Amino acid sequence: MRVQSHIRKVCLFLLALFFLLPAVLAVSGTLFSRYELEQCLEPLTSGAGEFIAWKLLPRYPTFEHYARVLFYTPQFFVVFWNSMKIVVLVLLGQLLLAVPAAWAFAVYRFRFRNILFTLYVVLMLMPFQVTMLSNYLVLDGLHLMNTHGAVIFPAVFSTFPVFLIYRGFCTLPESIIDAARVDGAGEWTIFWRIGIPLASNGILSAVVLGFLEYWNLMEQPLAFLEDKSLWPLSLYLPEISLSQAGYSFVASVITLIPPVFVFLMGQEYLERGITASALKE
Amino acid sequence: MWFLLPSGIGVLIFVCLPFLDVIRRSFLTVVSQEWTGLYNYQLIFKNQAFLLAVKNTLRFTAVCLPVLIGLGLFLAVQLSRLRKIQFFKSCFLFPMAMPAAAIVLVWKMVFSKQGFLNLLLDSLHLTGAGGPVDYMGTDAAFWVLVFSYVWKNLGYTVVLWLAGIFSIPVDILDAAKVDGANERQCFWQVVFPNLKGTMYTITVLSFLNSFKVFREAYLVAGSYPHESMYLLQHLFNNWFVNLELDKMAAAAVCVGTVLFFFILLLQKIWDQDGREA
Repeated sequence: MRVQSHIRKVCLFLLALFFLLPAVLAVSGTLFSRYELEQCLEPLTSGAGEFIAWKLLPRYPTFEHYARVLFYTPQFFVVFWNSMKIVVLVLLGQLLLAVPAAWAFAVYRFRFRNILFTLYVVLMLMPFQVTMLSNYLVLDGLHLMNTHGAVIFPAVFSTFPVFLIYRGFCTLPESIIDAARVDGAGEWTIFWRIGIPLASNGILSAVVLGFLEYWNLMEQPLAFLEDKSLWPLSLYLPEISLSQAGYSFVASVITLIPPVFVFLMGQEYLERGITASALKE
Repeated sequence: MWFLLPSGIGVLIFVCLPFLDVIRRSFLTVVSQEWTGLYNYQLIFKNQAFLLAVKNTLRFTAVCLPVLIGLGLFLAVQLSRLRKIQFFKSCFLFPMAMPAAAIVLVWKMVFSKQGFLNLLLDSLHLTGAGGPVDYMGTDAAFWVLVFSYVWKNLGYTVVLWLAGIFSIPVDILDAAKVDGANERQCFWQVVFPNLKGTMYTITVLSFLNSFKVFREAYLVAGSYPHESMYLLQHLFNNWFVNLELDKMAAAAVCVGTVLFFFILLLQKIWDQDGREA
């Protein structure tokens, strides 16, 4: 019985490491010198002969690629800030709209509430391909095509954060709100004093899940942004060719840092968000 | 009620009204905007690319979902028997934080003809008769896609299964153990029947999530990948680029309708869960 449990632990451990492997490979790739990278990756480009030759650590570790990206490639910063701008503005906009909307769904019983809520759930789950054409029609009408607004506006009105935050509000007992009303608190005060503090968990979940999602955004910018100077990192990275592997590795690792940071800080909320978006608690 | 207004207006303007316009357009010609009835629909159902994309998308779903859900359940059950699982959960969830774009290079290193996978197979003397396979340019591309989908979404699934498993009251399990059930019986007779609701939910969500695999597919192989992984998402994108809006409208209505019913099904499950709880 004990042996079995140890075997289980070791197998799970190996599998878990396997999930981290791509990140480890990318990080180790940044430390190879240009010459060594060329040697290692040569089989990939030539397409014949030997297999890829890779060592976990380079023989002569170097930070030359980091220096090149950070000091000699201003273009990279433009793209990096494009990504940041899109993510931050989308998240801010989402919260500004989603928190009150979630509050309305959780607390009030108005006409068409159920139909509207169903509509929100349907929209939250529809893949981008279905709404792509309708998005385009609006963006074109508003002359937003080929601006960051084309990516930001449709995302701000995403209904997913509404749903997540709504789940957090549902745990609030109705009697508390009634008591506050009896004490003479206005609806706005109740929302501000009782709703917002309660929403913090849902908000954080929405921020963490949203950050990972919008940092990785591809479909929308690919369709709506023609100008390459407006592209976010997720589209820019694959453009770097294999002959610039060192640059590509460093750019990938820098792209990894913000979401990994958010992931490590907010893992608790990430898990809560995943569960809240799917299962009744 | 006023609290909903800003969000509601935005949704109306950005999503609902334009989708009605899309439905209208699916019955019109692109240029002259004349009424053509169901012509656009007939067109897409005769379109080779559309049929191929639908077939591939269905095939992809049919392969991925059972693998993802089964593997997720297996891992969740194994994890639920350990005491400290935070580290494992972190590792399995980690791919969620990895932007697809940052991994492309690694995928290329692994799956190219001269890549790691073939190196491994070669050193184990498992290479087939035809020599090493190029996993990107052949039928095998489909499996690369399956692999990256499972790699990315497994953590998500495991977390959901674990939540389901931990929500089963401990007394039922204890009672079963007292009655002399072994681990396997406990699982099949007690745990699994209690997870049915969780399973439906995970299935529907994974299905809808599977549309996002386009990112990996596009990054690895571009707009026109090997035909085994030409998905609906590629098709929509290419139609968009070529401004074939009539076909797009008709296809969006078809796909949207099918998914709409899946989502209603999910809602029904949620409602039932709520009543039982």
